[in-house]
Amino acid sequence: MAARACSAEASGYRGTQMLTILFDGIAYGMLLFVLAAGLAVTLGLMNFVNLAHGAFAMAGGYVTVLTVNRLGVPFLASLPIAFLASAIAGFILERTLYVHVYGKSHLDQVLFTIGLVFMSVAAVDYVMGSSPVFVQVPGSLQGKFDLFGIGIGRYRLLIIIICGLLTIALQCTLAFTRFGSRLRAAVDDSRVARGLGINVNRIFAFTFAFGSGLAGLGGALGAEILGLDPAFPLKFMIYFLIVVTVGGTSSIIGPFFASLLLGIGDVAGKYYVPTLGSFVIYTIMIVILIWRPQGLFARTSSR
Amino acid sequence: MIARSTIVAATERLAARARWHPLEFAFWISAFSAIYLMPSQHLILTEIAWLGLFALSLDLILGYAGIVSLGHAAFFGFGAYAAALLAKYEIINEPVLAMLAAGAGALMLGFVTSFLVLRGSDLARLMVTLGVALVLRELANRYGWLTGGADGLQGVTIRPLLGTFRFDMFGHTGYAYCLIVLFVLFLIARRLVNSPFGLSLLSVKGNPLRASAIGISVDARLVAIYTVAAGYAGIAGALLAQTTAFASLEVFSFDRSADLLLVLIIGGAGYLYGGLIGAIIFKFMQDYLSALTPQYWPFWIGLVLVTIVLVGRDRISSWTAPVRSLSVLMDWRTLRSSQVTRPPERTFQ
Repeated sequence: MAARACSAEASGYRGTQMLTILFDGIAYGMLLFVLAAGLAVTLGLMNFVNLAHGAFAMAGGYVTVLTVNRLGVPFLASLPIAFLASAIAGFILERTLYVHVYGKSHLDQVLFTIGLVFMSVAAVDYVMGSSPVFVQVPGSLQGKFDLFGIGIGRYRLLIIIICGLLTIALQCTLAFTRFGSRLRAAVDDSRVARGLGINVNRIFAFTFAFGSGLAGLGGALGAEILGLDPAFPLKFMIYFLIVVTVGGTSSIIGPFFASLLLGIGDVAGKYYVPTLGSFVIYTIMIVILIWRPQGLFARTSSR
Repeated sequence: MIARSTIVAATERLAARARWHPLEFAFWISAFSAIYLMPSQHLILTEIAWLGLFALSLDLILGYAGIVSLGHAAFFGFGAYAAALLAKYEIINEPVLAMLAAGAGALMLGFVTSFLVLRGSDLARLMVTLGVALVLRELANRYGWLTGGADGLQGVTIRPLLGTFRFDMFGHTGYAYCLIVLFVLFLIARRLVNSPFGLSLLSVKGNPLRASAIGISVDARLVAIYTVAAGYAGIAGALLAQTTAFASLEVFSFDRSADLLLVLIIGGAGYLYGGLIGAIIFKFMQDYLSALTPQYWPFWIGLVLVTIVLVGRDRISSWTAPVRSLSVLMDWRTLRSSQVTRPPERTFQ
C-alpha cells in the first residue's frame, strides 16, 4: 500500500519533472529561434552563408552586460539597447563589407564570414577578457514558482513571453504587410521580384539589420542561460545552422519548429542521457540532412 | 585528318600538363637539402610537412572536385588518434606500419562518410562535414577511458622508425620521415590528377550536370576522390601524432578545419603545390605573429581571410601565376576563363 502510494507519487513527480523539462526546452528553443531568425532570412533571401551571425548575438550580449553591470541601466531597458546596437552594427557591416561578397561563391562567403568570426572572437577577448561574464538579472526575475506542481523559472517565462510575442509579430509582418509580401517575393525569386520593381537590395539591407538586431536581443536574453564568453559565436554557430538547415529557408514557421525541436531535444537529452552529450543532436541533424537536404519543412519545389 | 590532328594536339597538351618542370625539381631538392642545411629549423619544417600534406588532401576535394568541407579535421583527427592509440597500446610498434594503418582507417571512414556529401547543396555539405567532425570529437570526448578525454592521450611512446631511427627532440628524424611520406604521397596525387580520372574530376567540378551528360558517373568520382583525400588527411594526422607523441581533442576542432581552408587559399587551390606553399607561408606567419600576440593570433587569421575574399581570391593567388605559367602545371588562361565564367552549380536540377 505504502509502496504503491510511493510509486504513484514518484510517477507524478516524474510527470511534472518532464513538464518542467518541456518548459525549459521550449524556452531554450524560442531563444534559439530569435537568435537564428535573421540567419534564416539571410540564407533564404540572398543565398548567403553567414557563419558570423553569432557574432551579432555576442555583441548584443556584451552590450547588455556593459549597460546593466557598469552603467546601471535596468535589465528590461537594456534589451532594446542591445537590439539597436546589434542592428546598427549589422547595418554598417552589411553596407561596407557584406555587400561585396553577395555575388561570390559559397566558398568565398564561408571564408569571409569565418574570418569575421575569428576577428570578433579575438577582439572581444582583447577588450573584455576571455572569462565568461554574467548579467545581473533583477531579483524579481530570479527563482521559480510552482504552477500545478510544475517548476516554472521566472526568467524562462519572460523569455517565452518576449520570444513568443516576437514570433507572432514576425509572422504577422511577413504574412499581412506590404513589406512582408515584398520580402516573400524576393525570397521566392529575387530576379523576378527585381523585374517587378521591388528594391531587393534595400529590403535585404533592412532585413539584415533587423535580423542582426534580433540576434543581439537573443544574445542579451540568452546571456543568462547560454553563458557568454568570447567563444560564443563559434560555440553556437552549429546550433543556428541546424535551425536553419533543418527548418528550411522558405518560411519562418519551419525554423520555428526546428528551434523548438532542437531546444526540447537538447534539454531533454542532456537531462535523461547526459553521457551522450550533444552526440544525439549532431546525429539527428546529419540524418535529417541526408533524408531531406532542403530541410524538414521546405517545400519540395525549391530553387 | 582534322580530327586526327586535334587528337594529337590534345594528347600533347595533356602530356605537357604532366611533364616535370625544373621549378618542381628545385622545390623538392631544396626541401630535401633542408634535412642537412637547416637542422635548427627542423621542428617547424616538420609541422610544415604534415600541414602541407593535410592541405594537399583538402586540395584534392576542394580544388579538383569542388566540395567545400568545413570538417576535414575529422579524418585528420581520426588518423592522429589511431596512430597514437596503436603506439600506446603497442598494437603496431613500427611507426611506418602504424601510419599506414591509421591512413587505411581514415580511408574507410572517408568512404563511409563520402555518401553523406553526395546529396544536397553546398550548405548541406558544409553542415554534414562539420557534423561528422563534431560527432567524432564528441565520441573522443565521451570514451575518455580509451582516448584520455579532454586531457588528451598521454603517455604515448613512439618506437624507432623501421626499428633503427629514433625520434629525437629536435625533429631531425621527424622531418626526414614526414618529408619522405609527403613526397611519396605527392607523387601519387600528381599521377592521380594528371590521369584521365583527374581530368574527369575537373569536369565534374566545372559542371556536374554536363559531366554526367558526357558519360562521367559523377557520384562514383566524388566518392573515390573523397575517400582518397580522407586517407591522405588521416596520414597527415598520424604524422602529427607520431612526431609529437600526443593526440588531443583539438585535432578535431573547427578551428583546425578553418585554418586549413586558409592554408589552401593562401597557396591557391586547384594545383598541387598550393597546399604546400600555403603551409610554408602559414607556418612562418603563425610563428611570427603568435610571437607578437599569442592570445590574439585568431584575429590576424580572420583579417587575412577577410582581406583575401575582399581583394579576390584569384587576384591573391595570382602571385603564383609566374610559377604556374612557367611550369605548365595548369594553363593560366584556362584557369582564368574557368573562374570568370563559372557556371551556376546545380541550378537546373
